[in-house]
Amino acid sequence: MATTYLEAIRAAQAKALQDDERVFIYGQDVGAFGGAFKATKGLAAAHPGRVMDSPISEDASIGLAIGASIEGLRPIVEMQFADFSSVAFSQIVNQAATQFYRTGVPCPMVVRLPSGGTPGGGPFHSQCMEAIYAHYPGLVVMTPATVEDAYHLLLAAVELEDPVIYCEHKFLYNHLKAERLPEKSDLPPNKARVARRGRDATVVTYSAMLHEALTAAGDLSREGWEIEVVDLRVVKPIDTETILESVSRTGRMLAVGESAPWGGVTAEVVARVAADGFRFLDAPPRRLACKDTPVPYHPNLWAAHRPNAAEIARVLREVLRF
Amino acid sequence: MVELAPSPVVQSAEIPLKPESKRENFVRAYRWMLLARTLDEKLAALYKAGGKISGGVFLGTGQEALSTALGVALRKGDVFAPLIRDLAGRLAFGEPVLDATRTYLGSRLGPMRGRDGNIHRGRIAEGQMAMISHLGAMISTTAGVLLARRMRGQTGTVGAISIGDGATSTGSTHEGLNTAAVEHLPLVAVIANNQYAYSTPTSRQFACEDLLDRAKGYGYEGHSVDGTDLEACLEVLQRAVDRAREGHGPQMVVARLLRLTGHGLHDDASYVDPKLKASPVGADCLRLAEKTLLERRWAEAKDLASWKAECVKEVDEAAAQAMRDPAPDPKLEDWSALNEPEMLDLGLATRG
Repeated sequence: MATTYLEAIRAAQAKALQDDERVFIYGQDVGAFGGAFKATKGLAAAHPGRVMDSPISEDASIGLAIGASIEGLRPIVEMQFADFSSVAFSQIVNQAATQFYRTGVPCPMVVRLPSGGTPGGGPFHSQCMEAIYAHYPGLVVMTPATVEDAYHLLLAAVELEDPVIYCEHKFLYNHLKAERLPEKSDLPPNKARVARRGRDATVVTYSAMLHEALTAAGDLSREGWEIEVVDLRVVKPIDTETILESVSRTGRMLAVGESAPWGGVTAEVVARVAADGFRFLDAPPRRLACKDTPVPYHPNLWAAHRPNAAEIARVLREVLRF
Repeated sequence: MVELAPSPVVQSAEIPLKPESKRENFVRAYRWMLLARTLDEKLAALYKAGGKISGGVFLGTGQEALSTALGVALRKGDVFAPLIRDLAGRLAFGEPVLDATRTYLGSRLGPMRGRDGNIHRGRIAEGQMAMISHLGAMISTTAGVLLARRMRGQTGTVGAISIGDGATSTGSTHEGLNTAAVEHLPLVAVIANNQYAYSTPTSRQFACEDLLDRAKGYGYEGHSVDGTDLEACLEVLQRAVDRAREGHGPQMVVARLLRLTGHGLHDDASYVDPKLKASPVGADCLRLAEKTLLERRWAEAKDLASWKAECVKEVDEAAAQAMRDPAPDPKLEDWSALNEPEMLDLGLATRG
């Protein structure tokens, strides 16, 4: 029986609740209702008093989680959509992210952000917030792209003694399936994964864009190009070593993300490759992001707003022919 | 490795902690107020002398009665999230004088180790929350501490948060107060309506007749108090803290008083309405408390003088100690905002 990305998130939370009595889940509609996406389905009944509905108060939900973590608990806060975490922005970046540095008291907690676009989601239910949070010192930011990572990174997030922003991609919730969940992850949370081996160019990407990049790599292999694809898994910290090691073999690099094009993870990757991997490069490092508008509602516009496999393949051909 | 851990807590002053009578209670509170005022005067002198204190100095002048009353109503094991003008309450709740002088003077040995300054200090393990500047943020955080304790089956402690009239306008305050009420937590929210948020008068801050009306709206038991009257503050704050401790849910105390200082020492507060200053709300709670002590013969002038001398001595010693302390050394810092070393980002452009 295959497990979906969404089921993996639910299973990781069920395991965390089961294994660690400090864990509790807090968020809008996460209790008996099981969450807007059913990521907490059945958990309230299985763990009475530990899966709690919050008022529609994102700021207070994060503040409350900070207080609970001070007392030794391990809160997992579900934001109903990543977009609404902007209401909690101050608590996340000003309090949770600074607490350990200021006071020496760690602030372990997980904030789950159902992220990214789906057809019909529109400007306020489609945002990718990873670059915003990665910008602030004091946060770990995870962006799982696979069912296995959705499961193991969430478990790792609960164990870390720091605040973790866990960006789960809604487009992958039910699309993505794995035959089974491995007992252990093959990688620690600070390592990127080489998702496809290649020799001619490296695509560095994360979250839902991994699958577009893998499709593009498959298409280009029919043209005789072998594209290496690096899945960052976690965007703060970025595993620069794995990126540079790949670029040292391929000599060409394209960074792909679904987020807005000004700055962000892809810009950070290009900057690192340019600064620290210049000697490996046979072509300028490139990046590809979504268009510089809010995420549009209509499926036609939405599909054209984000990078896709065809667009990635087009830019890669330019990189390869430089 | 350098000592980056905060220094141990030293209980401040030999002020009796378990008073029985009303007189002892009043005297004890007065002496915390006096210690706070004396420390504020010292910090102001250091600021004005220049070169000693980086950044601002934010005094609690005029708010000592209210703040002290909250501090003495709390017990060890409770949680207190103070705001800018709560030096008196912090001391009464157990903050060492040395924590204040070390944080203002940037000592490496203070609880914030030079990483944060002035009023942004605390010892979380002691229930002394370290405020951030964003108004209302500490309300939900304190609620979270209380919720966690309830989840673990720990009862009998309360949490107190302090805000001013200005903070009542933020979204954080609304969300935090409401969330604490939804969870029926033993939270005491103390609102010092000191008439100005920096320079903004209450007429530009809220439109309701009395902030206490909000207690009903949020589902709090409400208490009103004259913030210049120590006796009234002691009675009302004790009642509010007791009600919360006894399980009657969140309590809101609204105190009316006047900030008798600028927002910080950089601010001459020339905008404060002279009529307010001359009115009863503009009275100095410390002077009123002294009047009460003398009128009721609870103390003599020589007692007041001797207590003041003790405060000056303690404050001077704490300031001198903080000035002798080592300053933070950039070379000894680990420059890490994470507790997990393996999650540090080693590829960042921090070395150019």
